Amino acid sequence: MADKKLRIATVSLAGCFGCHMSFLDIDERILELAEVAEFDRSPLTDIEHCGDCDIGLIEGGVCNSENVHTLREFRKHCKILVAVGACAINGGLPNYRNYIPLEECLGESYLDGIGVENPQIPSDPELPLLLNKVRPIHEVVKIDYSLPGCPPSADVFWKFLTDLLAGREPALPYELIHYD
Amino acid sequence: MTKTFILDGQPIPFSDGQTIIDAALDAGAYIPHLCHHSGYTPHGSCKLCSVLVNGRVCSACTFPATEGLEVLSHTEELNEDRKRITQMLFVEGNHLCPGCEKSGNCKLQAVGYYLGMHDNHFMHFFSPRKLDASHPDVMIDLNRCIFCTLCVRASREKDGKDVFAISGRGINKHLIANSASGLLKDTDLEASDKAAHICPTGAILIKRTGYATPIGARDYDHQTIAEVSLEQEQESHGG
Amino acid sequence: MPAGPEHSNPAKRMRLFIQDLAAKHHFQPTRLLEMLREIQARDHHISNEAVELLAKALQIPRTRIIDAVEFYNFFSSTPKGRYELLISDSITDRMLGKDALIEYMAEKLRVPVGGVRNDGLVSLDNTSCTGMCDQGPAGLVNGHALTRLDRARVDRIADLIERQTPLAGWPPEFFQAEDNIRKSGLLLGRPIAPGDALKAAYTRGLNQTLAEIDASGLRGRGGAGFKTAAKWRFCAEEAETERYVVCNADEGEPGTFKDRGLLNAFADQVFEGMTLCAAIVGAKHGFLYLRGEYLHLYDKLQAILAQRREAGLLGRGILGHNLDFDIEIRLGAGAYICGEESALIESLEGKSGIPRNRPPYPVSHGYLGKPTVVNNVESFFAAAAIAVHSGAWFAAHGTEKSKGTKILSISGDCTHPGIYEYPFGTPVRTILDDCGAKDILGAQVGGPSGTFISNREFGRLLAFEDLATGGSFIVFNNSRNILDIAHNFTHFFAHESCGFCTPCRVGTSLLRKQLDKIYDGRGSAGDVAALDEICRLVKTYSHCGLGQTAANPVLTTLARYPEAYQSRLKKISYEPGFDLDAELETARRLANRSDAAAHLSQTGE
Repeated sequence: MADKKLRIATVSLAGCFGCHMSFLDIDERILELAEVAEFDRSPLTDIEHCGDCDIGLIEGGVCNSENVHTLREFRKHCKILVAVGACAINGGLPNYRNYIPLEECLGESYLDGIGVENPQIPSDPELPLLLNKVRPIHEVVKIDYSLPGCPPSADVFWKFLTDLLAGREPALPYELIHYD
Repeated sequence: MTKTFILDGQPIPFSDGQTIIDAALDAGAYIPHLCHHSGYTPHGSCKLCSVLVNGRVCSACTFPATEGLEVLSHTEELNEDRKRITQMLFVEGNHLCPGCEKSGNCKLQAVGYYLGMHDNHFMHFFSPRKLDASHPDVMIDLNRCIFCTLCVRASREKDGKDVFAISGRGINKHLIANSASGLLKDTDLEASDKAAHICPTGAILIKRTGYATPIGARDYDHQTIAEVSLEQEQESHGG
Repeated sequence: MPAGPEHSNPAKRMRLFIQDLAAKHHFQPTRLLEMLREIQARDHHISNEAVELLAKALQIPRTRIIDAVEFYNFFSSTPKGRYELLISDSITDRMLGKDALIEYMAEKLRVPVGGVRNDGLVSLDNTSCTGMCDQGPAGLVNGHALTRLDRARVDRIADLIERQTPLAGWPPEFFQAEDNIRKSGLLLGRPIAPGDALKAAYTRGLNQTLAEIDASGLRGRGGAGFKTAAKWRFCAEEAETERYVVCNADEGEPGTFKDRGLLNAFADQVFEGMTLCAAIVGAKHGFLYLRGEYLHLYDKLQAILAQRREAGLLGRGILGHNLDFDIEIRLGAGAYICGEESALIESLEGKSGIPRNRPPYPVSHGYLGKPTVVNNVESFFAAAAIAVHSGAWFAAHGTEKSKGTKILSISGDCTHPGIYEYPFGTPVRTILDDCGAKDILGAQVGGPSGTFISNREFGRLLAFEDLATGGSFIVFNNSRNILDIAHNFTHFFAHESCGFCTPCRVGTSLLRKQLDKIYDGRGSAGDVAALDEICRLVKTYSHCGLGQTAANPVLTTLARYPEAYQSRLKKISYEPGFDLDAELETARRLANRSDAAAHLSQTGE
């Protein structure tokens, strides 16, 4: 068990992948991380579905039905589920649509907005349906930790993961707590 | 002989008429607060400055300092509960820091940082709130209003006007502007008014001044609100 | 009224109306609520135009008027119906079938609950307890109390409204409010004659009379129990000589109606108590702050005041002594918080009812910043009797710490709801036996802000040191559900929170949401702990008594019936706080989809 690598899965729901980019900003420290951890489902691996993992890092809020399914898959398979970044924590910038009724949003985009041709609301069953509001992930599944920031800096990821790896309760010093 | 009370085990000198928070800040002891501002009539609504006075919960910003009081402020329990109260403010309004000009200089945010708040904990309200950009120099975004009434007090007490008021009841409370149209442009507010600058959050902003300070040089990027607040107290006394 | 061209123009008519109104109230902003009541009664709302004209006439910021209109339930900035129906939403009204009745009303009158009918004739909505729990389901039409509503009565009311019959032409029994005094004790059994208390006080000496009140051990009957004599003495000792006496007749605690009975049957004695207080503390002006729901008492009370002036018991040189004192009646406008004494004072000053920071207390900084005694109706009522019969007479009853008697409003599942007077120290069991309660689940003592006691606690005593109460006593039998009760009360507090402080403004709404989640069967393992946490924050950190007691309905029932809460939880570890599938409904409709992928299950487990 001691020499078994920690398995990490990551995903971006209604996010911009900025948190993932910031994660990669740990730069050469990723080699150190690779010594003790390996990636399951993640944009970095192309694994399509999450297997049993130690840690799941979720970027982005929940804006549609597919996000709900993905988030549940992560919750089911990850021992520790982490809300990463402003969007996962409070909906973030996509949450700006929460104050406009969904019908108006879709109407503006697909029916009567400037430059719309062949107006129609997309109805292909392949497409996930939008929820009325963009939700933070803690309102849909139980979350174990949150890493604030837009995005959280590479140091936040590093501090959090190294704390966990060392068996410490993760804690962020003042300079690493930011909501922007 | 100066009178003192005890705050977290330390004697705090005070003069008659001072509140617990005023005396504490003068003595270099920070108590978290949002609706308090030295030099303004105490309001006592945000409840972040809740302290234990001889074992009873009181607001430090309204409770008069008296000889021999035993006050507890910096305890783990109180700070945990202050964090919850801050989270209440975050879910009540729509505080989307990455899109706010005030970010980095915002007291609500800074209190969250100070208290180690990582998330919003409660269910969000997502209440639609209004925005008033009618004034040529000042804008209001009610999504960020926390009902501290500092703008109301500043306008009355410092500017000699009566531009703002809080109206309504309970969770439906909202900030209103004193004009027949209800719009800020039709009030006598000027960008130089204290009321236009006192907002602890990004609810009242001066137009065309956003993002002037780079990230890293903003009020709370490196210093905690405790440090900044105490420095400002010193400055206001020195000046 | 001349019907000249000047008066045919609505804008001009409005201007004249507001001008006259302001003049009638001497352009006093403290009388703002009275003026707004009159505007609401005339126009069924308070228009921007009215706000502007009134602000100008009173020379106050318009924002102050807008705030009052938005704060008080009985004012509206958008038009209500010409017949404005409000139905009391107290738990006791619900137990008497209110929910089905309001739906029947909505159907009959073709108006949605919370809405106004298209033709503007009628509006219908819920309102907090109107103080008719012993004769509900109750309501208000244009501010006037309606009692004992049932389908037959609703049919007749609908007919009267459709025919646009003025209220004066409605059958008087619709408005009949019985006192229902079922059990008289020390006070109710021995009312005093007008003037007796004042005569006794002057004969004995005012200081000695205060000493008698002290000796009686009388404590405030609103529930908090501050010693009445101490309050009067503190006020009398203030350096400021302009002082006020205020009678708090804003009994808004659901299930309380004893002040309604006292004011209907014994107003003279209440006014006498106020006058006695004025003589002792040296006040010239008194107010009776009457809750808006008791508008039906207003004319009668004014007539009694007039009689007392006539009899030399009010006005200048009362009973030939050096005492000038008069009483003004002010009506509330639908806000439970105004029962809190400092919020009541704010309301008397014509503002929204937001509790003040204390200290300073009203005895030193009350109405207009002057020393003010605020006491409950029952306290003044008792003080007048003590002045006549002596402190020892009163103190001979009750317990060590709770002297005398307490007047209760008993409602709910009992055969004889009404007003009962008991010596302090009476066990709950006796009270339940007297009112004809059977097969009892428990009783809510002290209203929603008080305590729910279960049927294992009927040996507990009515007393400040055990079950303190402002007088509300609601009985529940075993057919009632404990969560229905907590649910109704929790919604009440969220609705009545003034919104001043964060823990109460946000916390009571969070509490409502969290309880609803469990109540609606959408809760899971962690949700009771989450509920408990919100309760603790609201109770500990709120600014005033409303917030500090708003969690009591949940806390007192959760402590006694944890299984009632647990049994509603789903056997899963986590449940979203909102209905996921319902959140897809709009998108489904717009995309015209109904396939399996267009739906979501509520949990992934």
